[in-house]
Amino acid sequence: MPSADFEPVIGLEVHAQLLTRTKIFCGCPTRFGAPPNTQVCMVCLGLPGALPALNRAAVEMAIKAGKAFGCRIAERSIWARKNYFYPDLPKGYQISQYELPICSGGAVPVPGLGRIALERIHLEEDAGKNVHTANGSEVDLNRSGVPLIEIVGKPELRSAEDASEYLKSLRLTLIYLGINDGNLEEGSFRCDANVSVRRKGESKLGTRVELKNINSFRFVRQAIEFEIGRQVGVIEGSGKVVQETRLFDNEKGVTRSMRSKEEANDYRYFPEPDLPPLRVSKEWLQSVTIPRLPQDFADELTAAGVSQADARTIVSDPRLVDAHRRVGGDPKRAALFVVGELARAVNDKEADLDALAFDPALVREVWKLQDGGAISSTAAKEVLAELIRTGAAPQKIVERKGLSQVSDAFELEAVVDAVIARNPAEVEKYKGGKANLLGFFVGQAMKDLKGKGNPGALNALFKKKLGGF
Amino acid sequence: MKPELLPLSQAADAIASGAVSPEALLEASLARIRALDGRLHAFLRLTENEARTAAKAATQRRASGKSLGPLDGVPVALKDIFCLEGVETTCGSKILRGYAPPYDATVVRRLKQAGAVIVGKLNMDEFAMGSSTENSAFGPTRNPWDLTRTPGGSSGGSATAVAARLVPGALGTDTGGSIRQPAALVGCAGLKPTYGRVSRFGVIAFASSLDQVGPFAQDVRGVAHLLTAIAGHDPNDQTSSSRPVPDYAAGLDQGVRGLRIGVPREYFGEGLAPEVEKAVRAGIERLRAAGGEVREISLPNSPHAIATYYIVATAEASSNLARYDGVRYGHRAKASQLLEMYEKTRAEGFGAEVKRRIMLGTYVLSAGYYDAYYLRAQKVRALIRRDFDHAFASVDAIVSPTSPTTAFKLGEKMDDPLAMYLSDVYTVPANLAGLPGISVPCGFDSKGLPVGLQLIGKPFDEETLLRIAHAAEPSEHRLSPLAEGR
Repeated sequence: MPSADFEPVIGLEVHAQLLTRTKIFCGCPTRFGAPPNTQVCMVCLGLPGALPALNRAAVEMAIKAGKAFGCRIAERSIWARKNYFYPDLPKGYQISQYELPICSGGAVPVPGLGRIALERIHLEEDAGKNVHTANGSEVDLNRSGVPLIEIVGKPELRSAEDASEYLKSLRLTLIYLGINDGNLEEGSFRCDANVSVRRKGESKLGTRVELKNINSFRFVRQAIEFEIGRQVGVIEGSGKVVQETRLFDNEKGVTRSMRSKEEANDYRYFPEPDLPPLRVSKEWLQSVTIPRLPQDFADELTAAGVSQADARTIVSDPRLVDAHRRVGGDPKRAALFVVGELARAVNDKEADLDALAFDPALVREVWKLQDGGAISSTAAKEVLAELIRTGAAPQKIVERKGLSQVSDAFELEAVVDAVIARNPAEVEKYKGGKANLLGFFVGQAMKDLKGKGNPGALNALFKKKLGGF
Repeated sequence: MKPELLPLSQAADAIASGAVSPEALLEASLARIRALDGRLHAFLRLTENEARTAAKAATQRRASGKSLGPLDGVPVALKDIFCLEGVETTCGSKILRGYAPPYDATVVRRLKQAGAVIVGKLNMDEFAMGSSTENSAFGPTRNPWDLTRTPGGSSGGSATAVAARLVPGALGTDTGGSIRQPAALVGCAGLKPTYGRVSRFGVIAFASSLDQVGPFAQDVRGVAHLLTAIAGHDPNDQTSSSRPVPDYAAGLDQGVRGLRIGVPREYFGEGLAPEVEKAVRAGIERLRAAGGEVREISLPNSPHAIATYYIVATAEASSNLARYDGVRYGHRAKASQLLEMYEKTRAEGFGAEVKRRIMLGTYVLSAGYYDAYYLRAQKVRALIRRDFDHAFASVDAIVSPTSPTTAFKLGEKMDDPLAMYLSDVYTVPANLAGLPGISVPCGFDSKGLPVGLQLIGKPFDEETLLRIAHAAEPSEHRLSPLAEGR
């Protein structure tokens, strides 16, 4: 843990693959998982003479991100070449944006943290992938030229936990926008963290270290926490933090030096002469619309009386929002179903949400049975749990599981009379003022009814027969 | 005259009239290449089989009256910078030896669609870097007027093939003068179109903001036919223009009466060989005599053009040539480590001039030097462009020498890169400004070597440029003794 005298300063850089059908500068498909080097052409292989041709769909997705985070979207932005040698980079440079990116400014709203400001969002192409095998290193260029946006956050985060929350909010918004699938493991959503520490009250930033290879939310927290501790240790030991890039080792939970500032690449950025400046006209900008975002849905749910926590659970997955909408009826009741049944089933790994083919009409039928007293609230939960797995009709589930409850007044009255007749002593005590014996009578009746009595109706009957309080 | 000795436009007429068949013309062309190219070394390789198939198809089209246009059945050859599907394309470099691209450059596709018969690939300075074709990894090309001299470069093979009448037409590329300067030094016509007029897709890049594809032919009409075939927008090259493409040969005979032709005083100063100046001034007088209004103008920033060019061009080249790393295609050196593989591959694969330019370009883009070199060069480039804008407010075209000297000796400038660079002093400004430029023959020096006259036009006004060039070119094109068979 960092010493109390220190304050961490964290900024995240996120690379998000855009869900375009084809690559950013050629017509090759972007599908993940195809056999190596089968989704390539002269452009994304960097063959001599090939030139990039911009995919407008990628630009539109970047505009969506810019609109969602309230960025300024440049009427004119510039492509730039970032030059470095690596086998997975077929041209020896990456086409990116440098001095004039498509989006600048803006902020990511993070529940509990407020708005975390963004530096910029720019478009670029992804590199291929080096695959290291026993026979040596191989290069797969299927990913080469897949469109990316890089979302650069300002160093406004102050803990590993905040960084993780920021990342979750950012990821969720991209998913809602339909521009990224948010998959950290497969690398379609990647995060680098810039971490420094300074003494509290200090306004100058400490020396910054860039962390790479963080491919899960847990690792984001682990890596940053380790790094904060390491840097504080260095300073407290009278050492100096070195500006460098460090790799997170997720097996050992530590960061390791990858290259120092001196060894850092000089990327020799310069404007890409093969592409004219990217122009986004007012008309184009206006024609790109964004869907409702997580915050919009959360606000609507809480306004309808759903708890903050439940609202947050529902918006954490657009499919849950969709389920909530489809169930309809009372929003609070629908929220309880979505959080209590759907989200729980998914969380418990009992089922995948996509496999839960429930029919909203059947859910409402269960509610009707419960409201009519045919089943208890406990039984209703059981029926719903079964319903979302099998899609069976509620009445059938109730019958098969024997969950229907006795609400018939004559049948209940006979049982109530029998209980009163069998327990004269308790009846006396009750009448003498021991009101809490009511529970005892209801319990006895329930026993006779094998648990299927309607507890509300029984309560009322006993009160009526024994004189209410 | 034998049909294979005719300039392109007349060869096209001879095919159209049935005087010669595409197949016969191809065989005559191949026979000349066999007879002469051992001495000239214009060609790196022939594509005889594909050419014969294409010529046969063209002959059948001509016979059935279904001609594809003036180029249908006309033999042409390509600088080895153009990707030709399935055929080795080296760009004059060892690093690409054995590399056969899987696709045709857009201009190649367009030539094929126009029925042109592609005969083979032509020699060039490695990656188009040079002004003498001596930087070819496969040996120099020789000037048909004097085999001890260079034909200029980098498109020396293209210029030589046309001037020696091995083929009626050829394509080259021009980044700083690589079409116009060799055209001048061998005595044929060579056009660098406006930047964006012709697609660069499939053309191996040297300096992307300066490179432009253009045609060679003996006469301006041939150049116009080739330009009409290759020009136009290409969705694969987003720097290509979508302006409509006229028939560039249509208005050639309209003359120059009333056209204003500017003579930039900065292009007639120190370094210009007196005999070249004399021939060029004679050419200008012919334009005046034909009704052109000749006036002196100034392009004050042109003295900075060479320095600016060698920053912009090398910067872009250092990046464009990064892909030759031995990983995917071309030469790969034996090595046990990645860095060693990169270093050895590039050390073995590139020649001295290419290495020099990669180092220059890497330097001017480096952190701490970018502002002083690259950024500053871009500013000067804007000033040079503005000079032309000012000039074109009062003239329709600009006339100058193409090259300060006639053809120089093989080896003469190989140890003095700066002297070699100055060979392009009059051609480089048009590249920096993106303007069209053409060189046409305008006379000979006392050694009997051709002199070229350069015309620079307004952006996308190749029609006016070609019209003036046609008025300036001689009515009869003299053949070199070697081409005549003497």
